[in-house]
Amino acid sequence: MTPPPAEAATMGQASAAFVPAEERRPPSLSVGPIGWIRANLFNSWASTAVTLVLGYLIIRWTLGFLDWAVFNAVWSVPGTGQAVNTTACREMKGIGACWALIGEKYRFILFGLYPFDEQWRPAVCIAIFVGLYVVSAMRRFWRRELLFIWIAALTVIGILMWGGVFGLPYVEQERWGGLIITLILSTFGIALAFPLAIFVALGRRAHNLPAVKALCVVYIELIRGVPLISLLFMASVMFPLFLPEGMNIDKLLRAQIAIILFAAAYLAEVIRGGLQALPRGQYEAAEALGLSYWQKTGLIILPQALRMVIPPLVNTFIGMFKDTSLVLIIGIFDLLNAAKTSIIEPAWQGFGTEAYLAVAAIYFVFCFAMSKYSAGLETEFNRHRNR
Amino acid sequence: MRNAMRAGVFAAAFTLGTAGLAVAQQQSTFDAVKARGTVNCGVSTGVAGFSNPDSQGVWRGLDVDGCRAVAAALFGDASKVRFVGTTTQNRFPALQSGEVDVLVRTTTWTLAREASLGFLFTGVNFYDGQAFMVKRSLGVNSAKELDGATVCVQPGTTTELNLSDYFRTNRMSFRPVVIESVEEIRNAFISGRCDVYTNDSSSLASFRSTQGANAEQYVLLPEIISKEPLGPVVRKGDAKWFDLVRWVGFAQLAAEELGVTSANVDEMLKSQNPEIQRLLGVTGGLGEMLGLDNRWAYNVIKQVGNFEEMWERSITPMGVPRGINNLWTKGGLMYAPPVR
Repeated sequence: MTPPPAEAATMGQASAAFVPAEERRPPSLSVGPIGWIRANLFNSWASTAVTLVLGYLIIRWTLGFLDWAVFNAVWSVPGTGQAVNTTACREMKGIGACWALIGEKYRFILFGLYPFDEQWRPAVCIAIFVGLYVVSAMRRFWRRELLFIWIAALTVIGILMWGGVFGLPYVEQERWGGLIITLILSTFGIALAFPLAIFVALGRRAHNLPAVKALCVVYIELIRGVPLISLLFMASVMFPLFLPEGMNIDKLLRAQIAIILFAAAYLAEVIRGGLQALPRGQYEAAEALGLSYWQKTGLIILPQALRMVIPPLVNTFIGMFKDTSLVLIIGIFDLLNAAKTSIIEPAWQGFGTEAYLAVAAIYFVFCFAMSKYSAGLETEFNRHRNR
Repeated sequence: MRNAMRAGVFAAAFTLGTAGLAVAQQQSTFDAVKARGTVNCGVSTGVAGFSNPDSQGVWRGLDVDGCRAVAAALFGDASKVRFVGTTTQNRFPALQSGEVDVLVRTTTWTLAREASLGFLFTGVNFYDGQAFMVKRSLGVNSAKELDGATVCVQPGTTTELNLSDYFRTNRMSFRPVVIESVEEIRNAFISGRCDVYTNDSSSLASFRSTQGANAEQYVLLPEIISKEPLGPVVRKGDAKWFDLVRWVGFAQLAAEELGVTSANVDEMLKSQNPEIQRLLGVTGGLGEMLGLDNRWAYNVIKQVGNFEEMWERSITPMGVPRGINNLWTKGGLMYAPPVR
């Protein structure tokens, strides 16, 4: 194939006289942090403008917050208890945070009405709870023994919280409060609701047992049809009226049962989603192997179904953890209610922001840990798919 | 929507309450409490000056001291109380169901609460009433001058209803700024979102006292537009229990009138004044008539104090003047029938 005449002519000229190529700038950096910033933050006029405005606002707010929370903050005030003098805080109101509030009230926020001299007991219980979470989170502890560890730990917690034995003074449940109430309500809420939810989810799919199925459907729809707050009202306000006088089921227990029933209904639907997403072939294959219903469910179906629904499960867990704060409407001092109560004394009125920020930090630590852990678990369980 | 549902739940709860009462009446509260060894007392989960846990988780306030006084009279030990925190929503069912024996929770004495809920108010431990607070810079001296004002008010309370009644009666108009949380409502008032802040006068006075040097900027207008007599409540059906709670309150008032305090009560045992002798159980045997030890009032005064001491301990730090809550001899409304 011969080149067209015009092209041949150009080639001829180029070879005739050497013309140096026009000088060019090196290509702009497109890798590394500078390249990333260029590509994502300053790639056009509009983008540059937005970056500058947002950057200015972020820096201003951060500096403003640091000024308030750190540099201008009041860390302590003279006096304590009834004799406290919070004038220093009042003078700095709006300019600096009054962290002296947390210094004075942190034991009330964490332990509520628990007798002051005995507050090491709920503190130990909180440590045991956190230890339980950590141990349960590690896969190498996922054995039958874990159940015994839980039973032992919960027994110790019960002994510590109630007392009445081993020389520990008895502390009635009305006086429990603060973080430990939040942990008790959410841990028991989730731990007991989860197995219940599995059975309800299986029951709802049991097409050959119409009565069981109807019962499960009614349960789920009834509970999901009302807000948690109304269930708590039912448990707290209406339920005791059905009982004869003198027979009072403890308020905390009633709230706990309401939370378990509520969480179970939601979890059941999440689990049912996992059961439905599983290909029909898995069920058929299990049956072909001659497995019984419980073998099939326990060995083949549930492990796969639960793995698929980890994100919505953790979503529900985190939601439940925070929903326990609703017990404040029936007069139980959970973490949030204790924080609210800590700013009622005249001396401390008006420092709500500080109390709420402290509580928000505690909630965040727990919820973020749950979220991070579930993300790790998900990656690990679904490794076979990414292969 | 949520409110409508709440209302439904309450209505149902109150109807059921009547059924619960029938059961509750079979057993005498007095004997049940005595056998149990503690008084179950319903208090608020947090109202400054009335019932509020301090930094160490110890209940303090006028209402909780009222509970302690009942325990001191009955058991000779003011610590034999189990405090049950109640909210405005669950306080009445808690009393109806027998979860608490007495409710001392800044509850206003009204006809409907006695006639239809099956309760009895044993007396008044605090005469409150709704009032208005304005900024001094507004230059207003009377609530009658508030035509067209913006008013900060909490929703769903009698406060809100009283407010609109008052303005309608006086043919004035107002613009409500409705905010649920007390903290936010106060900030709204301070920042000038509303000209007027209305609430019970005790609450307004306490707000003013927390403002430190700025307190001078705020004025409490003289008009009190509602009556809010607050006091302890018991279930109907046990006159003995009612008598006990009522006379513990009267004994503390009588002690104040007679100058008997927790500090001097031991000396007063030797007093020649027959009224003091009867009150402290030296003569008269009044305690037995109530089914108690004759030293019942001595125990109350020794361990909890007289009414003035309770007031000084809880209400004075809030910056609320004694006002109409003073003894009748000092121009107030507090009046105890003769202890004889």
